[in-house]
Amino acid sequence: MTQLSAAELNRKLASKEVSALEVAQAHFERIEAHDAKLGCFLHLDKEGALASANEAQKRLDAGEATALTGVPIVLKDNMSTIGVPTTCASKILEGYIPPFDATVVAKLKSAGATILGKTNLDEFAMGTSTENSAYQLTRNPWDTDRSPGGSSGGSAAAVSAEFAPLGLGSDTGGSIRQPASLCGIVGFKPTYGRCSRYGLIAFGSSLDQIGPFARNIEDAALLAEAITGHDPLDGTSMKTEPISTRDLKNGSLKGLKIGLAEEMFSEAINPGVREVVERAIEALAKEGVEFKKITLPSIELGVTTYYIIAPAEASSNLARFDGIRYGPRWEGSGHIDVVSKTRGQGFGHEVKGRIMIGTYALSAGYYDAYYTKAQQVRALMIREFNEAFQDTEILLAPTSPTVAFKLGELSNDPMALKLLDYCTIPANLGGMPSVSLNCGFSEGLPVGLQLTAAPLRDERLLQIAYSVERALPNATGRPPLP
Amino acid sequence: MQSYIPSIGMEVHAELATRSKMFCRCSVAFGGQPNTRTCPICLGLPGTLPVPNRAAVEMVVRTALALNCTIAMRSIFHRKNYFYPDLPKGYQVSQYGDTNPLGYGGYIEIPTSDGGVKRVGIRRVHLEEDTGKLMHLPTGESGIDYNRAGVPLMEIVSEFPPDIQNAEEAKDYLVQLRQILLYLGVCDGKMEEGSLRCEPNISVRLKGAEKLGTKTELKNLNSFKSVQLGVGYETSRQAAVLEKGEKVLQETRGWNEQKEESYLMRIKETENDYRYFPDPDLIPMVFDDAYIEGLRKSLPELPLSKSQRYEKDYGLDRKESWEFLVDPEWSRFYEEAVKLGGDPRLIRNEMVSEFAKHLNETGIPARESRVTPAHIVELTKLKKEGQITSKMGKDVFVAMVKDGRMPAQIVKESGAVQISDESQLTSIIEEVLKTHPDAVAKYKGGQVNVKGFLVGQIMRQSKGQANPEMVQDLLQKALEQA
Ligand SMILES: [Zn+2]
Repeated sequence: MTQLSAAELNRKLASKEVSALEVAQAHFERIEAHDAKLGCFLHLDKEGALASANEAQKRLDAGEATALTGVPIVLKDNMSTIGVPTTCASKILEGYIPPFDATVVAKLKSAGATILGKTNLDEFAMGTSTENSAYQLTRNPWDTDRSPGGSSGGSAAAVSAEFAPLGLGSDTGGSIRQPASLCGIVGFKPTYGRCSRYGLIAFGSSLDQIGPFARNIEDAALLAEAITGHDPLDGTSMKTEPISTRDLKNGSLKGLKIGLAEEMFSEAINPGVREVVERAIEALAKEGVEFKKITLPSIELGVTTYYIIAPAEASSNLARFDGIRYGPRWEGSGHIDVVSKTRGQGFGHEVKGRIMIGTYALSAGYYDAYYTKAQQVRALMIREFNEAFQDTEILLAPTSPTVAFKLGELSNDPMALKLLDYCTIPANLGGMPSVSLNCGFSEGLPVGLQLTAAPLRDERLLQIAYSVERALPNATGRPPLP
Repeated sequence: MQSYIPSIGMEVHAELATRSKMFCRCSVAFGGQPNTRTCPICLGLPGTLPVPNRAAVEMVVRTALALNCTIAMRSIFHRKNYFYPDLPKGYQVSQYGDTNPLGYGGYIEIPTSDGGVKRVGIRRVHLEEDTGKLMHLPTGESGIDYNRAGVPLMEIVSEFPPDIQNAEEAKDYLVQLRQILLYLGVCDGKMEEGSLRCEPNISVRLKGAEKLGTKTELKNLNSFKSVQLGVGYETSRQAAVLEKGEKVLQETRGWNEQKEESYLMRIKETENDYRYFPDPDLIPMVFDDAYIEGLRKSLPELPLSKSQRYEKDYGLDRKESWEFLVDPEWSRFYEEAVKLGGDPRLIRNEMVSEFAKHLNETGIPARESRVTPAHIVELTKLKKEGQITSKMGKDVFVAMVKDGRMPAQIVKESGAVQISDESQLTSIIEEVLKTHPDAVAKYKGGQVNVKGFLVGQIMRQSKGQANPEMVQDLLQKALEQA
């Protein structure tokens, strides 16, 4: 049963072939059998999930179900859940239990989804390997010696391992798409502002966006539809309708214009990955896609720009963790001493490093050279992408420059880790919708294909991704778990 | 002692009279048990986001217009980053920059003793949020009350270099500013509750010197008197320091109201680096001309022009017109009365005597009293026409307050009309003279002050209704004929 997609589960639940409780229990059984090895979860809420499954069954019986009623889902542990620990995989939030639900969580609950638990991440979503969690490692279901990617590695690995058909992650520089790519599943980052950030513990506020993990585009689209839409609690939320799935299956690849930016196929991309992506391009060309080679020089400045803006915002966003109001406190003499000790002990190495970089970039005398300059590059990049979208509808690229890497392999090479975001960062800087789906394998490991569209073209992007998925029938598979 | 010129910059914080806080829907009411007027947003819990209060923005724009400022048609919020226990997010949302605050480059006019006005430049009017309050508990521990955290706060900063040059001007500036805020209805102006706070910065320099001296900042000024005394004290203190050949240090000083002296709070060794940057959670505020012009047209008449009008049209002097201006309600009452066709001076006299006394004693605001402008006007007319004496006027007033009847009706119903009929008065006078022949004899013998006794007897005989002026004349005639 755990192999079923959300859409299939929904049909079986509706036709009473299975009950919501059976669905939840089947997934918990699989989690109990395999998660000790994978380490996806920071917190499992079996009691809450089974209670919610019972409620879901009542709705199913009453004929008041939605597409997600009784469908299991896992949440990255940086989304606030009322009464359930929310740690951001940080010691500084150990034991913190939010008194409110994130808007996405409230939406999932009102849709009747069964929330199984909270998944591991790089502390405060800062990382690309999920190795920066203060609590545990998460392993890639395709090869348990390898990383699932990050920072939403726990949700990606869980969906890949069939612990749930759906998961939520957050994407600041690629944190949904990159782990989706490394775990061989679908990861979608909507247009900035289409999904409320209320209750998502902020990393880089102008970049953060919540989005779905699923094992196919249809499921990802169904989940996107359930979590998006205007939210009066988020001032950056767009006054737009939820992402519609109405025309998801009505697209065609014939005559579709897709741009290939040469910077996304540079030497930075591992040759094996490039080869798989190029084969997919050939297959799509046969379906009538018209590919156009373009150049977007600002892409090469993306990583540098991102590593100024995101830490600058983070240095301020994380200032509230001072041990005064919530979370553990390391005692000291006087306010500043308490704050220094708490932050010194409570934050991990990577988080402290980024806070320092961000603080530096915002400091008097450096602000113009770093923060202002980075914003100028960001504006330039948006202009370049806007122009590109004048005559191509979609930009296609590899999602990650590499396949899943060995745990520990890159931990002493911070620059290599940061370059893993090379292809994903532009969509965050430009607020564009972007989706990763599996397009084949290199050395037996999944390779993700990234499709990016102009802001607010989420529906069209998913429609094209659905067609692409149909055009690459043998591109996916199941990880080698029993 | 050499001659020193003070320069005084004024920084005023006004809590806005909105119903709810700046970025959440909590009440802004003063007082309340600690931390009862809070929610996850104003406590800065992880994941919460701000949504700006439009009413607060509008209040600041109206104030900026009333202070003759240029309005920033596009204005953003910044984060001011620093650690303090009363600051829930580790930053304060504020506004930074020369031309970014909602209003900038304005001025305020304050009346001068020679009957003219002095113009004081306004550098900026901006919107920010208040912080919580540290409290020292009886147990010796510290607590924090976040009821004020997130209350919308308007900051009004005078121009630099400062136009204000002495303590009286500093006080007058604040009086005038507070008046304007009250007229606009944007702040309740309660200095003792801290809803209006003034922190002047003060420096002195030798007469003739161009460069401004080192400035100190003065805090804890809870009344106009404190502002005047504090600024005066601080200028003298600094002059004395310089006179001794010592240097004024850049300090923050507090005002001790009991001792009437300032004391050192802290020395500012370096400027704090607040690392201001645009708040990514808040989108820019953009206004159009029509909106701004609409607000400009809706501004009420401001105190200074109103006082000039009272002087010109109603013949009041400056002091008399300010008696009305301090209370918008009071001046509205006055103007309504004048509009009903009364004599402005008599109405003023009537209002400031019995009526003011009555309102003071009962604590009832003018608009809730049974006495309306029409009552006052009718009362002054009855007196002017000689229908009642001022002594009778007092009785009529008491009756009017009691049941709200109109003065003419009261007089009619009590039969208490003034006796101005000559033959009627003459017969009363003759009767009194007949019963007091000894007094008449004394008068004839040169004791003219006995006339007062006789007037008293006549008034008594007439139950106080005799027209006093006629009594004087007729008695004189009668005594001369006797
Ligand atoms: Zn609140």
